[in-house]
Amino acid sequence: MHEMLNAFRMSVRDWLEQNCPHEMREPLATDKDICWGGRRFEFQSDAQRQWLGRMAAKGWTAPDWPARYGGGGLGSERLKILRQELARIEARPALYSFGVSMLGPALLKYGNDAQKETFLPPIVRGEIRWCQGYSEPNAGSDLASLQALAVDKGGYYELNGSKIWTSYADQADWMFCLVRTDPEAPKHEGISFMLFDMRSAGISVKPVRLISGRSPFCEVFFDNVQIPKAQRVGELNQGWSIAKYLLTHEREMISWTGLARAGTKSVSEAARTADADMLAEPLLRSDIARFEADELAFALTIERVRDEVSAGASLGALSSWFKYYGTELNKRRHDLLMDIHGSDALAWTGADSEDGKLARDWLRSRGNSIEGGTSEIQLNIVAKRILGLPG
Amino acid sequence: MALVLNDEHRMLRDSARSFFDARAPVAHLRALRDDASETGFCGDLWSEMADMGWAGTAIPETWGGLGYGFTGLGLLLQESGRTLTPSPLLSTALLGAGALVLSGTEALCAEWLPQVAAGRKLLALAFEESARHRPMPRSTRARASGNGFLINGRKTAVIDGHVADAFIVSALAGDADSSETGMSLFLVSADSPGVRVETSHLLDNHRVASVDLDDVGLGPEQLLGQFGEGYPLLEDILDRGRIGMAAEMLGIADETFARTVQYLKERKQFGVPIGSFQSLQHRAAVLFGEIELCRSVVLKAMRAVDEGSDEVAVLASLAKAKCGRAAATATAEGIQMHGGIGMTDELDIGLFIKRWRALNQHLGDSRYHLERFAQLQGY
Repeated sequence: MHEMLNAFRMSVRDWLEQNCPHEMREPLATDKDICWGGRRFEFQSDAQRQWLGRMAAKGWTAPDWPARYGGGGLGSERLKILRQELARIEARPALYSFGVSMLGPALLKYGNDAQKETFLPPIVRGEIRWCQGYSEPNAGSDLASLQALAVDKGGYYELNGSKIWTSYADQADWMFCLVRTDPEAPKHEGISFMLFDMRSAGISVKPVRLISGRSPFCEVFFDNVQIPKAQRVGELNQGWSIAKYLLTHEREMISWTGLARAGTKSVSEAARTADADMLAEPLLRSDIARFEADELAFALTIERVRDEVSAGASLGALSSWFKYYGTELNKRRHDLLMDIHGSDALAWTGADSEDGKLARDWLRSRGNSIEGGTSEIQLNIVAKRILGLPG
Repeated sequence: MALVLNDEHRMLRDSARSFFDARAPVAHLRALRDDASETGFCGDLWSEMADMGWAGTAIPETWGGLGYGFTGLGLLLQESGRTLTPSPLLSTALLGAGALVLSGTEALCAEWLPQVAAGRKLLALAFEESARHRPMPRSTRARASGNGFLINGRKTAVIDGHVADAFIVSALAGDADSSETGMSLFLVSADSPGVRVETSHLLDNHRVASVDLDDVGLGPEQLLGQFGEGYPLLEDILDRGRIGMAAEMLGIADETFARTVQYLKERKQFGVPIGSFQSLQHRAAVLFGEIELCRSVVLKAMRAVDEGSDEVAVLASLAKAKCGRAAATATAEGIQMHGGIGMTDELDIGLFIKRWRALNQHLGDSRYHLERFAQLQGY
């Protein structure tokens, strides 16, 4: 077994050497370098296009999906090896895709064969870009109270209502969406999960501007949008289980946010670089020390829990605590960076400030404790599911 | 190496937990207190622990110990924290024995360590001279005298100083200035002429002593390491002590928190369990996380000692600072969430907060260690 895995590793290493363009062997410089794929995507370079094409052909944009749907068909050991080999050459992801990270796993678990055959391969190839239609203006933390109504019209459903906080809805090709299909039933029992083309008649999209400036978030409005029945995933009125499955998955992805991205300066280093005398200010120094102590303790906890999960434990509701702590830590980091950079951090425009990057990042970080389940919701989950408290 | 306990350590931890639960639960401490035990711990229990090899957990096999390394000892201390079991584990097995082992002074090791491992001799580290923690001595001084030394000074807050057969004493070396680092450690028998011990009874029912040294004469063989170069040795042993105390505070936090969560589920007011109130749920959830952070730090710190890592000092201060705060919160919330009965002597929670207070103070409190953490990180 060991020998087979080693042989696999060598074959992956060889293939990467031959097929990963050198320009793709560096971490992303900015968010503009991300390859989202989709009908409207414009490749930055031939290298970016080739990298996606080659990885897609191997199925390695979705390495653990079944080969019959275009995926890599890799088991967990080989998946780990692939990830290690990609990390070894610092290859950037060939594709960023909500289709891969969110919809695909849901389709594999809840979709029928026709849906898997229709929708999964274009995701793997990066041909179709997806967005998520969940939250509504009146359904945030209480997502199950959503109101977008899909009425059965015989051959199709007719959808009316709106969604908010849909990332990249203005760039996506298709949407996976939670809709109400039985307004009379208790709220969790009247929800269905549907897929539709964003080019359908009756859909309009409006970007949401944040306190930090432009954002990928959008409002999406549905005016008598027709959805073919074959595009309902899972049973009618059983969509809430699919939603829950996807949300847990999403939360685990956000979980590791608290750590500064590799290569970023530590807060104390930023202080030292910004102003030689700054760390002599005792109260500021004290706040920086407290933050860095917590940051180190959090990194050690990620390491410990990762090791425990590898040894067989399951993450479960602990992902809620990780999301809570990591996002609160990130807010503290940005608070301190603003303090450290003083009036330089107040800039809003201009090349010197990278268009007010410090201020905008600080403002944007206020949303970390709200999106993906608020801190208060996460603490509720820790209290109920880990500590077993009642109510 | 993965940050999880190996099988050997897990077994040691589990058997320690069973032992303390069965033989010395919190009621044991209560009995020692109410019966006004002179020493504050049970000698027979210590003999049993020594028979199991626990007194020599971190003593190399050459000198009669188990050679389990530091993690084993840390785990024993952690478990003893859950039951508030008093014993010389910290003073003797960790600080005293540790100082001798680290000093590499073979004659002293050969003379003392087998006896310590067998549970027959007790040691105490005597280094403090002021109420707030300061590693460097300020006035205790050792001057060359004949081919040996003469020590004068006064040590305070000596953990288990009242029962120690010998003290590991820190003293300024010769004419060294207390603002620098010229100091040494010496092994001083408790029955040496010129040694006077006064016992103090602390809020956690443990004892400390002040030790007066009046022209105490020592032979050259009683010096640990090289004359004037004892500061790194002292910091090393203090760091191990800090990690051991952090482990004990983690045990305190775990046990106090578990009892408090249980109470939240059982106690009803206004027709419902008080654990259904969101404000208490959130406070409990936040505290849960703080304790999990401490668990990781303590494990990493113990591992660092065993691996001889150069990160021990940073991790020791991180562990003492974080565990000090987490156990502070756990015991404070423990009282608060129990309401009126939390204030009674009858409930055990009060015993936990008293032990936290002492552990937090010894060897540097949370503020001291956050400061040291910052310094060690270069700012």
